[in-house]
Amino acid sequence: MSETSASTTTTRISSFVLLVVFITLALSLLALIFSVTIIGENSDAAWVLLLLGLLGVAISTYVLVETRRRLSKLKIAVPPVNTTIECKKCGIKNVREFQRGDYIFKETEPCQKCSDKMLITAIYREVKEKEKERFPF
Amino acid sequence: MNLIAALIGTQTKLAQFGNTDLTWILNILFYVIFIVFIFYGQKIQMYVMLREVEVSLYKLKFIKEEGRKIAVETIKEIGKAQTDPTDRVDRFLEYFTIGPQNLDPAGVVWKLEHILDVRDTRFKDEVKAMAPASDEIQVNNLENTLEAASALNFIYKVIRHYYLLGKKTLSLYVIMQIQMILPLVMREAEAYASALKAFAYGQPIGDGAGALVAAKLMHGHETRKIAKDCVVATVPFEGRTAFVIKAEGPGGNVGKPGDAIKAVIEENEGKIATVIMIDAALKLEGEELGGVAEGVGAAIGGPGVDQYKIEDSLLKYHIPINAVVIKEDIGDAVSPLRKEIFDSADKALERVKQVVLEKTKEGDKVIIAGIGNTIGMGQ
Repeated sequence: MSETSASTTTTRISSFVLLVVFITLALSLLALIFSVTIIGENSDAAWVLLLLGLLGVAISTYVLVETRRRLSKLKIAVPPVNTTIECKKCGIKNVREFQRGDYIFKETEPCQKCSDKMLITAIYREVKEKEKERFPF
Repeated sequence: MNLIAALIGTQTKLAQFGNTDLTWILNILFYVIFIVFIFYGQKIQMYVMLREVEVSLYKLKFIKEEGRKIAVETIKEIGKAQTDPTDRVDRFLEYFTIGPQNLDPAGVVWKLEHILDVRDTRFKDEVKAMAPASDEIQVNNLENTLEAASALNFIYKVIRHYYLLGKKTLSLYVIMQIQMILPLVMREAEAYASALKAFAYGQPIGDGAGALVAAKLMHGHETRKIAKDCVVATVPFEGRTAFVIKAEGPGGNVGKPGDAIKAVIEENEGKIATVIMIDAALKLEGEELGGVAEGVGAAIGGPGVDQYKIEDSLLKYHIPINAVVIKEDIGDAVSPLRKEIFDSADKALERVKQVVLEKTKEGDKVIIAGIGNTIGMGQ
């Protein structure tokens, strides 16, 4: 019941895209270094280089982060599902992870307290609060 | 050494760069970009859209392949097939159903029902051949798993078709229409992806909310088969006699509630005070998950055959019909049952009780039908 990871055929990053990103990143860093070194001699050119450098770094970082995010999204998430087992006679309640073959209203193992057959009364998954988005409407 | 010299040279040139030169370059750059966007703006937009579709297509391909893998693994695990079922699964994924001709609409419901019956039998036979060791419940679950995998395969193929068509024709409108509906398509594909695991494991799903209400009502009472894959229990309910109907669980199936309701009405010669149908309904964005609403009419989805039969039977004896729905979105409907929906079953039961008390008298007979896929739910 674990998450399935992406296969290599469908998740590879284009090498061309990576090359372009890294060239842009290198040129941007170069522009930033130049801008710092020439700032005393030609401030206008330095500012333009600084701007271009920052822009280049921002764009290439964004593309890299987005590509990574896209890869991490390629998973089929299997949410944990719980089974609640109850003894109708003595009221004992157990919650455990879902097992293949479980179904609601299935009679399971005998109760540890009264030896009466226990009953699966609920099977559901709980979504954590942080996953829910809240809107003021 | 040469590289360092070149870098120092560039640095010196940049330092000597005049303000006027820079302004010129920036101006020219601006005009070039402006002209490029005038002539090629739409093309650039098109390539951006194509890229967006391509990214989603990769994701769809991954989901589709995973679906196929899950189906094959589940069949191997449960069915204990003698031969590798992969080829048969691949063939199953390509199955199609041709709807009946409706140029003359008279009798189209029966033609549609016949085709759906043939399809169902064919699917079940295929699953039995793929997984000979599986019992009736497992056959139903495997059939559902394969159907979800088949739906994913179909979605992938349609999106790929429009993507390739857009790339070939370079038509903005072909690309645009697929790019615009892409978020909704992806939502549906993700819903089917989570359904796959639920079906493979036999977990209850959100769509079974109505069946869950019926199961809670009929639990502990004797049930009998009333129609194909449908059971009924006679339950004393608030001084009335309730005929509670649901699909036969815990295997994944929806049964034929249309035939079941019709049969109960005929058995009682039409002397039914009211019919109450409980089903999961698609909620609008912003509505509460698991919210319970009440109305009138036959609360049942699907191709319409069962709804037609129910309405036809009710009309014959002028029986009023009430509906109670539990709201959820498409993702929740086909993925493992959420706690909010499970808890709503009790609220829906309360609402059913209220309707029965308000609309019928003591000693009356009522039909309560829980609609939906009963996977992972007994009775």
